[in-house]
Amino acid sequence: MSGLAGVPLAVEPLNRKDFTSDQEVRWCPGCGDYAILSTFQSVAAELGIKRENTVMISGIGCSSRLPYYVDSYGMHSIHGRAPAIATGVAIARPDTSVWVVTGDGDALSIGGNHLIHALRRNVNVNILLFNNRIYGLTKGQYSPTSELGKLTKSTPYGSLDTPFNPLSVALGAEASFVARTIDSDRAHLTEVLHAAANHRGASLVEIYQNCPIFNDGAFDALKGPGAEETIIPLRHGEPIVFGKDGHKAVVRDAAGAITVAERDTVDEASILVHDETNADPSQAFALSRLTDPGVLHQAPVGIFRRVERPTYDDMLRDQIRAAEADDRAAALASIIAGPDTWEATER
Amino acid sequence: MGASALPLTGRATPLGRFDRITKRDVFQLRAYNDTDIYFLRGSVTKQLERVVIRFAGDSGDGMQLTGDRFTAEAASFGNDIATLPNFPAEIRAPQGTLPGVSSFQLHFANFDIVTPGDTPDVLVAMNPAALKVNLKDMPKGAVIIVDTHDFTARNLKRIGWQTSPLDDGSLANYVVHELDLTSLAQGAVEGFGLSRKDASRTKNMFALGLLSWMYSRPTEGTEKFLAEKFAKKPDIRDANIAAYRAGYAFGETTEAFAVQTTVDPAPMPEGRYRQISGNLATAYGLMTGAQKAGLDLFLGSYPITPASDILHELSKRKDVGVMTFQAEDEIAGVAAALGASFAGALGVTTTSGPGMALKSETISLGIMTELPLVVVDVQRAGPSTGMPTKTEQADLLQVLHGRHGEAPLPVIAAQSASDCFTTAVEACRIAVKYRTPVIMLSDGYLANGAEPWRIPDLDEIPPIDPGFATEANGPDGKFLPYVRDEETLARPWAIPGTPGLEHRVGGIEKDARTGNVSYDPDNHETMVRTRQAKIDGIVRDIPDLTVDDPSGRARILVLGWGSTYGPITATARRIRKGGRNIATAHLRHLNPLPANVGDVLRAYDRVIVPEMNLGQLAMVLRAKYLVDVESYSRVRGLPLSISELEEDFITAIDAMEDHR
Repeated sequence: MSGLAGVPLAVEPLNRKDFTSDQEVRWCPGCGDYAILSTFQSVAAELGIKRENTVMISGIGCSSRLPYYVDSYGMHSIHGRAPAIATGVAIARPDTSVWVVTGDGDALSIGGNHLIHALRRNVNVNILLFNNRIYGLTKGQYSPTSELGKLTKSTPYGSLDTPFNPLSVALGAEASFVARTIDSDRAHLTEVLHAAANHRGASLVEIYQNCPIFNDGAFDALKGPGAEETIIPLRHGEPIVFGKDGHKAVVRDAAGAITVAERDTVDEASILVHDETNADPSQAFALSRLTDPGVLHQAPVGIFRRVERPTYDDMLRDQIRAAEADDRAAALASIIAGPDTWEATER
Repeated sequence: MGASALPLTGRATPLGRFDRITKRDVFQLRAYNDTDIYFLRGSVTKQLERVVIRFAGDSGDGMQLTGDRFTAEAASFGNDIATLPNFPAEIRAPQGTLPGVSSFQLHFANFDIVTPGDTPDVLVAMNPAALKVNLKDMPKGAVIIVDTHDFTARNLKRIGWQTSPLDDGSLANYVVHELDLTSLAQGAVEGFGLSRKDASRTKNMFALGLLSWMYSRPTEGTEKFLAEKFAKKPDIRDANIAAYRAGYAFGETTEAFAVQTTVDPAPMPEGRYRQISGNLATAYGLMTGAQKAGLDLFLGSYPITPASDILHELSKRKDVGVMTFQAEDEIAGVAAALGASFAGALGVTTTSGPGMALKSETISLGIMTELPLVVVDVQRAGPSTGMPTKTEQADLLQVLHGRHGEAPLPVIAAQSASDCFTTAVEACRIAVKYRTPVIMLSDGYLANGAEPWRIPDLDEIPPIDPGFATEANGPDGKFLPYVRDEETLARPWAIPGTPGLEHRVGGIEKDARTGNVSYDPDNHETMVRTRQAKIDGIVRDIPDLTVDDPSGRARILVLGWGSTYGPITATARRIRKGGRNIATAHLRHLNPLPANVGDVLRAYDRVIVPEMNLGQLAMVLRAKYLVDVESYSRVRGLPLSISELEEDFITAIDAMEDHR
């Protein structure tokens, strides 16, 4: 079943402008958020659903301002809690397409608990995790995805915490849809957002997003002319090869680990064929580990995992449908009366 | 000897007032200090107006169940009832220890009662620890039924008794019935193939059977209950029923229990009744409120004592479409509820003090986004974990003021178990009508205590208009989500799926019309004052405080809120019976306070505010009205004691009279 099943379709075709609010967009010049917003607005129109049935819920942080710029129903909520608020929306309203807009600090630090539980429950929401590996809104402290030893205002001697790998976290939390894309690759971003919207259940999309003010160049290794040597594209059913003329390949080594190798040094049959629908998350997890925990040199990009699993909200509605009385008012009156009653007469 | 009535007739005894006793009935009469103890023979039935029984045992002995069943029997018989369950937080504290004692107190009467009673007339103690813990609460002359089975030297030593109180004369002032209930129960269920341990577990039903005979309770309900509860375990079911019947028969045939007591049904307004606990009434009220508003009810909650039973009940209620979400934490519970409200459902969250602290940021978001939200705080003794199973009223200032920024919201408090229903419906009404979070205060005493409840006719409860916005309200077809209703100051509630009303809400300050982000200084001032004015304006929508001053000559007013209603009311009745004057009033609405509170306070020479905290309402009243109200505070984790209140109020009244 599609993630959009039950959401009413737009009568007239919509376009990007229909999803553009009258509010002036106020991110820093050069911020990656602009490209993500614009791509999202186009994708939302292309989904073919009614604008008024699109709900944007965000937390706190630069990225969380996004709902203000999308002309639909939205809530800019509080730090870290967007997945929990969105869970309430998704349960109460199966006729809406619910999007969570969050960042690395919002989703993985203060809101880490809500993120993992929304994923494990498989609530039908799409979580866009803008990862710029820094706190931008509070002016440049290190975040849970900053590399170890990061020098920031709050870590003048270097940060001491090992960063999270957001996709490893998501896979560990039993997420049914896990993908990564990059702010600067509009075509890929578009494709992944469509896939996320159509996936029924919680979709986690990590979007590498450049912060030109506090963490400029964090993803430079994955951008520009050399990118074909560092981006490992994941395409369902295809062998995982990359680099100029496909000279690099992802293989399973003798010890069972997944590594990158020069293609001419390995047996063609040992090259991993990407299977995003694999019920066992082990391979997706191993692929997520190809991302350096420190300064980024390479990263797999694409849909790591897309499996069908019943959603919390659908199952809850099924339980209600099965138990529901024909006449709720009469049922409530009978519940309140209860089985053990007695009659009193005025004496 | 003839059957003429003895002078005893009509005299108050520890067991109440005997209507008619003849010499033939008495086989023993003993006097201790100022108390006479009567032992009666034969099939004597004596009538009492009221009885307070306390069942006490190990937390694994099934005392709560036993108490519940006796309550059900008394309620279905038509008595007025009030109960006080009192149990440790540990599910199974070490067996036979003092901290492991669990008790259930039941007050039943042939008149309108409002509290579970201060002191029991009868204690059923299932082991030495239960006797030791509860003995201090027993008045001289009270009846104590002891299961002697566990009175071994080792068990006594474990709880610090060198000698057995059954032997050393320390119970001389009580009417003690020593019975080996455990062995009696085991004997009664022989032949059901139960293990020794399982057989001994039926001792609570044996005790219940005995008490049911002693107080002439109907037995069908309990037999039916046991048959249903253990339907899947026929041997356990049959054994429990057998033990229950054996206990009843034991009472009937044993001379020691020659007196059978009756407590007549209490006169109550005509209607159909059931018994209800505060948590159940709260759940029913929330469902009723949502249904009256035509909204789906969404509960986001996290388990916490003593509020969890509301989550349990609502989780069962998929038959009426209730959505329940057991969240990952307290914050997610309220956050999901707020999300559901944004989406057009009635979002509700239930918790206790520590959970309230965690939810406060989200409640503030609800205040900023001006969405309906009902937050139920079933207070317990704090701070921190405090005493989770004990009651207190110390969250008042937290719910009134415990948020960042100027964050006003309505606060209402239930005054009795059944009143939780009315209060919850009222919370839903205000939340929906004024688009605001509302906090409903209950407490552990109300949550678990039970009383009879006249089943309401739901058709008599007025509907609540959710008034969803369906059309643009601004120029050029624009939707202005913060343009308010002139009377209520409530903003329009436009829910997803409504075309043309797409808008964004959030925690950032909003423009007073468009709802867009605004950092304008004047706009912020306007919005802060408007949010306050909206809540203050609810005063026009709530009833005045009513004063109960039957003589009209009272000089002292006792003003309470929440669950102190029962003890204050019972105390005032006693004091008036004794010929003194006292006025009482009880607040349901704590924010905004009813319009006439200031006038009421100023109309009395002294105002005393009893609370189970260190004077939180008193502080609010003093600050708001500049009236020298006096705080009366007790924080023992238990309801206020009527005898203590009575003594203290009488002292206060008499002191005033002396100063005349």
